[in-house]
Amino acid sequence: MSYNERKKDSTPMNRGRLYFVQVAFLIGAGALLWRMVELNTEQSAFLKGQGDARALRVVEISAHRGMISDRNGEPLAISTPVDSVWANPKVLIHQQKRLPALAKAVGIPLKQLQRKISGNSGRGFIYLRRRVSPSMANKVTQLDINGVALQSEYRRYYPMGEVAAHVVGFTNIDDQGQEGAELMMDEQLRGVSGSKRVIKDLYGRIVENVERISPSINGENIELSIDRRVQYLAYRELKATVERNQAKGGSAVVLDIKTGEVLAMVNQPAYNPNNRRQLKSSALRNRALTDVMEPGSTMKPFTIAAALESGQFKPTTTVDTSPGRLKLAGFTIRDFRDYGTIDLTTVMQKSSNVGASKIAMALDSGEMWGMLTRLGFGIDSGSQFPGESSGHLRSFQQWRKVEQATIGYGYGISATPLQLARAYAAIAADGVVHPVSFLKYRDGDHIPGERVMKVSVAREVRTMMEKVVQTGGTGTKAQITGYRVAGKTGTVRKAVAGGYDKENYLAIFAGMAPASDPRLVMISLIDQPQAGDYYGGVVAGPLFSKVMAGALRLLDIPPDDLKQQPPSLMAISPPASAVRLTASTLKVKS
Amino acid sequence: MILTLAIVTFTSALGVIYSKHQSRKEFVQLTQLQHRRDQLNTYWGRLQLEQSTWATHGRIQKIARTKLQMVIPNSSKIVRLSP
Repeated sequence: MSYNERKKDSTPMNRGRLYFVQVAFLIGAGALLWRMVELNTEQSAFLKGQGDARALRVVEISAHRGMISDRNGEPLAISTPVDSVWANPKVLIHQQKRLPALAKAVGIPLKQLQRKISGNSGRGFIYLRRRVSPSMANKVTQLDINGVALQSEYRRYYPMGEVAAHVVGFTNIDDQGQEGAELMMDEQLRGVSGSKRVIKDLYGRIVENVERISPSINGENIELSIDRRVQYLAYRELKATVERNQAKGGSAVVLDIKTGEVLAMVNQPAYNPNNRRQLKSSALRNRALTDVMEPGSTMKPFTIAAALESGQFKPTTTVDTSPGRLKLAGFTIRDFRDYGTIDLTTVMQKSSNVGASKIAMALDSGEMWGMLTRLGFGIDSGSQFPGESSGHLRSFQQWRKVEQATIGYGYGISATPLQLARAYAAIAADGVVHPVSFLKYRDGDHIPGERVMKVSVAREVRTMMEKVVQTGGTGTKAQITGYRVAGKTGTVRKAVAGGYDKENYLAIFAGMAPASDPRLVMISLIDQPQAGDYYGGVVAGPLFSKVMAGALRLLDIPPDDLKQQPPSLMAISPPASAVRLTASTLKVKS
Repeated sequence: MILTLAIVTFTSALGVIYSKHQSRKEFVQLTQLQHRRDQLNTYWGRLQLEQSTWATHGRIQKIARTKLQMVIPNSSKIVRLSP
């Protein structure tokens, strides 16, 4: 019916109906308009918020944890992203016929997968499989099933495994440092995770990125002072030595004496940081700096240094050690045998306890304490490594005469192997002590150091320590062909409740090379050797010799003791075979 | 007057639409590039890991000793050349 026709038929009654309809429409339109205005003004904020709440999401952009590398940039800890497969059971439960393909892709039996999904049908998020291989992640992506997605997580790998485990430490599942350098440098390593706003659809997939709220800042890379090659060498030799001697444990520390940087620090027992399922807490300890011991005879060089520093003694000053026993306040100090009247050099070479005690007692207790404290006994090494102990040295005001005597040969005082290494480094560095650093110094960095004894004293002590390693000394097994070595042996009775253990010993060797101009200091310590030998020189000496020889070669430190080769021969063209061998060996090791 | 204002408003509205579109496009591109960067980083990390696995000291030592018959020369075989 056309409009014209209707107009023709219009009667008063019809017109009334028309008006009614028109008014009704007007009211309707007015109401709609009003509603529109109301929605757009009064309720707009609420509605917009509700809409955003259903689609807009803020998601975290996880930051990359920094890499830990050794001093040459070789990786010691790396984070690589791995994917975890997760599912939304609420959605997935309606797609039963795709489950077999999914089960195959993620490697879960179909029955188990079905149970997992129906069992969690009320939840919106379950992990199907965490940390899958890249190829598996690819397969899942290709299936493209609604309600199944990947989430990227970081996993930390430790390429050196147990070799550097104690120094590098590890992180927990949330990427927080738990031990070692991972804990010490956690703040720098950890990145700041950012966030972004995205639009997600019904299935939780990201449809559109809206804006970045804050950027993610990746963690810094950290360069440790460790040298991977020396570390490996030290670990291999330590492990072999501990096994050969059926020992309970052991530690070795190598320091660069010019800077105080730790080049290697290894312990036994160790653990594999990549697989910590069967981890024993005792293996976790970085013994080289958590466990204290009495240094025993390895203390004597410092007693003698204090004696020389005081001016009362010279290397040739003699001490009467007969009859090889010394009774003090109901306590007897014994020597291996009666050495008679000997000079300081011989006290060191033969490791005479009576001699060292008599020297110590002749010194002013305050001066002796001052020397030991400056060398770092009783205070931590400045490394800031987590769990480090500071050892124990009583204040000299509490010393009795007998204590001063026992400290003189290394009992009644306790220190960590690292502290001992640092103190030996002071003798090696002509009397300057550096704080221990686990981080590599960059070129131009200021290297803090403090003079603790005269240059002449340090050199005299070093000359005496060379005698220890030479024929007639206690440490002949620590010799290194081609290099002069200075060192000191220690065979320490372990302190147990109520006295000292008669059966169990610590075998220690502390040494430095090349003795003419020392570069490296190393402490090797074997805890409770059970295979017969227990003397420091016999058990720990060879370990020192092997590791130090390798380290000197790896670090290109020239030999200072090539007596067997007259200088005139060196300039003449060498036999070709020798050169080839040397060059190829170097290539493999570097 | 009103007409001019209307035209100006309209043009500015078009401008807003255009710039919004541009910003979205660039944002998408940025995310893509970031994604690519992350992928390359991941790849680099994997290569580093792979390299350090191949270069395990134990493995190198074994190959050097058994396959290549290498030995550490003793001191009598070393000749030192001083400059």
